[in-house]
Amino acid sequence: MVNPTSQELSLEKLRAGDRAEIARMVDEFSGPVYRLGLRMLGNQQDAEDVLQNTFMNALMHLSEFEGRSSLATWLYRIAANEALMLIRRRKPEVNIEDLQADDSDAELTPHQFVDWSGLPEDELLSEEGKKALDEAIQTLPQNLRMVFVMRDVEGLSIKDTADALGLTETNVKTRLLRARLHLRERLSAYYAERSEHLIREDKNDGS
Amino acid sequence: MMDHNHVNCETLLGSLSEYIDGELSPELCREIEKHLAGCDNCRVVLNTTKRTIDLVQSPTEAIPVPDDVRERLFKRLNLDDYLKPKSQ
Ligand SMILES: [Zn+2]
Repeated sequence: MVNPTSQELSLEKLRAGDRAEIARMVDEFSGPVYRLGLRMLGNQQDAEDVLQNTFMNALMHLSEFEGRSSLATWLYRIAANEALMLIRRRKPEVNIEDLQADDSDAELTPHQFVDWSGLPEDELLSEEGKKALDEAIQTLPQNLRMVFVMRDVEGLSIKDTADALGLTETNVKTRLLRARLHLRERLSAYYAERSEHLIREDKNDGS
Repeated sequence: MMDHNHVNCETLLGSLSEYIDGELSPELCREIEKHLAGCDNCRVVLNTTKRTIDLVQSPTEAIPVPDDVRERLFKRLNLDDYLKPKSQ
């Protein structure tokens, strides 16, 4: 996520309101924040709102940032809250309690056993393949999606994800497993259906 | 309970994430691999789960912030004067 060649941001300068340093911080973290918004809300307009609100909020509180967590974790925490607030506004029917609830009754058992893992990369990451992947991510319940996006998409550690979301590490691990299995199930269903299509098309071509 | 290392489909599923992330003890990994060798379904679940994670982490999924979005962000933050040098 962080460009290792760039000079490390100075917390001191940031807290003092050094605008050049703040601009550097914005450029360094706007990618992850924007993508978090995109994954959580599912459209560019809302992702842009999450992006702007996150940094507005961060700049307002930068002088109070104590550095107990990393700057990245702190920004992720703000971004996660902004995303959840926007979700609440967009979809008031989503019970925010669900986001905190222990989802131990969620379905874990796999039903799809098609092994599509050997398909070539250019097929899996074709426009169509990526669309299927994006749609599958959008079907994740928010509480699972947030953990999944932070951990697997943006590559945060379990601990940083837990810190950013105010969850225990055990809780993050549980949600991560559920998210991964849910996605796997979705994608497997998609590729199972697709291969059936292809077989059918082959037969039609033959006759 | 005595045979706490015995891995069946259900226990494997419960440890799948940690197995993929390399967070399990070597002993448990060996037990899991023993189960995998004899269980097609678990092997498929493992392979496709790993693949799913690979796909979301592929660089093509790392959508950059569009230029116009960046520009509006900098304006909103009153940082317009720092807009130009994006990659110095
Ligand atoms: Zn099995």
